[in-house]
Amino acid sequence: MSEAPAAPRPASADTTNPVRLDLLLVPPRPRTGWRVLPARVVAMCVVEIQKLAHDRTELYTRAVQPALWLLIFGETFTRIKAIPTGGIPYIDYLAPGIIAQSAMFIAIFYGIMIIWERDAGILTKLLVTPTPRAALISGKSFAAGVKALIQAVVVIVIAALLSVGMTWNPLRLLGVAVAVVLGSAFFSCLSMSIAGIVLTRDRLMGIGQAITMPLFFGSNALYPVAVMPGWVQAVSKANPLSYQVDALRGLLLGTPSHLALDYAVLAVAAVLGITAASSLLGRLAR
Amino acid sequence: MTDDIPDAVRDAAPGDVTGTAARDLPRDTAPAEPDAVTCRALAYAFGDTKAVDGLDLSVHAGEVFGLLGPNGAGKTTAIRCITTLLPVPAGMVRVFGCDPARERMAVRRLLGYVPQQLSADAALTGRENVSLFARVFDVSRRERAARVAQALAAVGLADAAGRLAKTYSGGMIRRLELAQALVSAPRLLILDEPTIGLDPIARTTVWQHINAVRAATGMTVLVTTHSMDEADQYCDRVALMHRGRIHALGTPDELRAELRERRRASGEAGRGEAEPTLEDVFRDVAGRGLDEQSGGFRDVRSTRRTASRVG
Repeated sequence: MSEAPAAPRPASADTTNPVRLDLLLVPPRPRTGWRVLPARVVAMCVVEIQKLAHDRTELYTRAVQPALWLLIFGETFTRIKAIPTGGIPYIDYLAPGIIAQSAMFIAIFYGIMIIWERDAGILTKLLVTPTPRAALISGKSFAAGVKALIQAVVVIVIAALLSVGMTWNPLRLLGVAVAVVLGSAFFSCLSMSIAGIVLTRDRLMGIGQAITMPLFFGSNALYPVAVMPGWVQAVSKANPLSYQVDALRGLLLGTPSHLALDYAVLAVAAVLGITAASSLLGRLAR
Repeated sequence: MTDDIPDAVRDAAPGDVTGTAARDLPRDTAPAEPDAVTCRALAYAFGDTKAVDGLDLSVHAGEVFGLLGPNGAGKTTAIRCITTLLPVPAGMVRVFGCDPARERMAVRRLLGYVPQQLSADAALTGRENVSLFARVFDVSRRERAARVAQALAAVGLADAAGRLAKTYSGGMIRRLELAQALVSAPRLLILDEPTIGLDPIARTTVWQHINAVRAATGMTVLVTTHSMDEADQYCDRVALMHRGRIHALGTPDELRAELRERRRASGEAGRGEAEPTLEDVFRDVAGRGLDEQSGGFRDVRSTRRTASRVG
């Protein structure tokens, strides 16, 4: 990358053999009102998909951990039968929890990414485009959702290979996708909000480590709320991950769940997250 | 507000300074066209540190204006105020008559901005990098591919468009960033240290492309640099900035002539002193305090980081 400086020839080639620039003389017609937000969300999601298309390493490496959870933890506890699952094999019970967990782990990374983009000047440049901060944050958080969705597909395939009995009803799977995207939007915004407060990667990495495990263990991803001590039950009630897992479990396994409440909590959490992260974004721009 | 720069100076400048076949600027605009940038007593402080301290500045439409100064002079902060990145009170800054404090989105639509850091996304191809900016500036789907192709061709990257940006040389990345900025047809192109860390050949190439595009589109260019040579060679007018203020403003020739005059008046001339350079002008107007190295840790770190990524 450091070698081979650009040869001076192309410039003179351009001037002797003029390139058509007519389109670069006319500013594009601006989108206004409600059209801005979906356009920016699509732009950010497209970037995420393009990056994944160029380099799938992350997709493969990120499949290892959920595979191990299902394979080792899931298989083992299925045999022990120590956790009351309401009559279904433990590995089935666990699979939706692992989908939610791996989606959350991806989303939590977005705060670090936005600090990296700030340091690299990418964020600065995006902030000088006609993109309101809330639209930029929404774009990023839905891009996290796209990535989490691909990860969810990977986990579902692994679970299917381990003979987890899940539904293949397309409507229910659509519901799963919505829950995964909303959950990722919240967790990526949580992470970007913290990024806006702590401002450096080193601090955020420590905090990221410190919050992901409590969020995971303080939810119903691994065990039902009923077996938790009282104070963990309180944490679980305030933890959007629990609502996400509840929805995924209900949709994929058909266990009793509270879908309306789950979606309402996830949607409100995502909106609050976007509001918090976009109001803190200015601190990263300075 | 409409203090007149001689049109002759502006129109003659591109051909003179670039050495490239600059075409006539399409500047049959009405005389009432507002200045590209106006700053009135612009001030911005980080805590107790006054980064910009009463900056008065007018960048005329169509010119290449250089904001010069050492690290930590306040150039980047001034740019960040103009580009809406830092909040400033209403009335301090105007971009083509729009106030960034009140019409933030309108100002952003007028701007093409290339920050100091190498800000292209290395994990995307050249074309994808430019497409992203076409999307966020609302280029319609129908026009997007053609517009992106023109922007890439304008900077000589048509052949490399399908390659990942991480395989580009430093000079190519700078040109890619230029294409990203050009795709929305900005009226004002703002370049923060565009050639920092580049070797002389890549530096010349970047400037050739800036000038060719500017000649073809008539856009205004505001560039910050600490390279006096570069400013002398490529800018129509320059402002010398030190410690948050402007200490001298004019065409490079005017500034040198003024220094010659001052030297003559103080009796320094006639001792066989060489023709003054812009750097001499800068030393003269900035006065004391220039030798102590300015620029905080953050400035130097960010400059070095950019330089190491380029070189």
